[in-house]
Amino acid sequence: MAETVQEMIRVRVNGGPKLVPPGLTIVQLLTEIGIDPKKVAVEQNLEIVPRSTLDSVGVNDGDSFEIVHFVGGG
Amino acid sequence: MTLQQDIKADTWTVAGRTFTSRLIVGTGKYKSFEENAAAVEASGAEIVTVAVRRVNIADPNQPMLTDFIDPKKVTYLPNTAGCFTAEEAIRTLRLAREAGGWNLVKLEVLGEAKTLYPDMRETLRATEQLVKEGFEPMVYCVDDPIAAKQLEEAGAVAIMPLGAPIGSGLGIQNRVTIRLIVEGAKVPVLVDAGVGTASDAAVAMELGCDGVLMNTAIAEAKESVLMARAMKSAVEAGRLSYLAGRMGKRRYADPSSPLAGLI
Repeated sequence: MAETVQEMIRVRVNGGPKLVPPGLTIVQLLTEIGIDPKKVAVEQNLEIVPRSTLDSVGVNDGDSFEIVHFVGGG
Repeated sequence: MTLQQDIKADTWTVAGRTFTSRLIVGTGKYKSFEENAAAVEASGAEIVTVAVRRVNIADPNQPMLTDFIDPKKVTYLPNTAGCFTAEEAIRTLRLAREAGGWNLVKLEVLGEAKTLYPDMRETLRATEQLVKEGFEPMVYCVDDPIAAKQLEEAGAVAIMPLGAPIGSGLGIQNRVTIRLIVEGAKVPVLVDAGVGTASDAAVAMELGCDGVLMNTAIAEAKESVLMARAMKSAVEAGRLSYLAGRMGKRRYADPSSPLAGLI
């Protein structure tokens, strides 16, 4: 990314606020957070984002994401 | 067939997937992933239940369950534990399907926190919707033969009545209703919840259940890996006992040694 001052956009990830640069795809958002996209499922504004489109769907100002994975359970 | 062949051929099938082990184990409440993995190994389980939860954004590199229990070797059965409405459960399983890439899921919709008894109205509603969306739900339910029938009609691929409240370890409370569910069902029936010790698992299998699902009985045993092995034996023993057909009960004694030829 160029060294210009960019306007950040505001999103919510797993219930918390986060500022990210504009123009990211969801895969880039996950990478920025440090998450392996292969190990999670993503919901964007209550809609499932199919795994196959994670690298094409964009992140928009005001989006709300849920990023989940499998944990121990009965 | 020999006895060995008989035992080997005794598989069960749910939604077109065939398994040899009739024990499904949960992956909650363990002290460590290592202990959890060792218990799964000792149990011989081919299916484990897992929950769907938010990734910890603050520390995304924490070890994950999948690093210790390989989803390629063991079938992950995502559950909806903690969901109290059909909508919450459906939302959770849509995410689970995307995370795992398979349709076989465990549905549970709880009615209240105190008993964790299932809310059957919501459970039935969720089952219908999930089936419409192409899921294959194995459904946790009350030990009620009518409710079980309704779930089966709605498309549940397995009926999973509780033996006793989740995590209580009280054992099978109502053998009559479990037996009635088994007799009436055309899909597999697995006791889910309530098992406390190995004999409880054997009882479930002797009632004719296709399998048993448990978590706390193993995870909270003093030696969880040893208990996992005990449960494996109990499920196998109960199953063989069911297949063998137990003797009839008598009110009084009947000597095992011949009465003839007594000195």
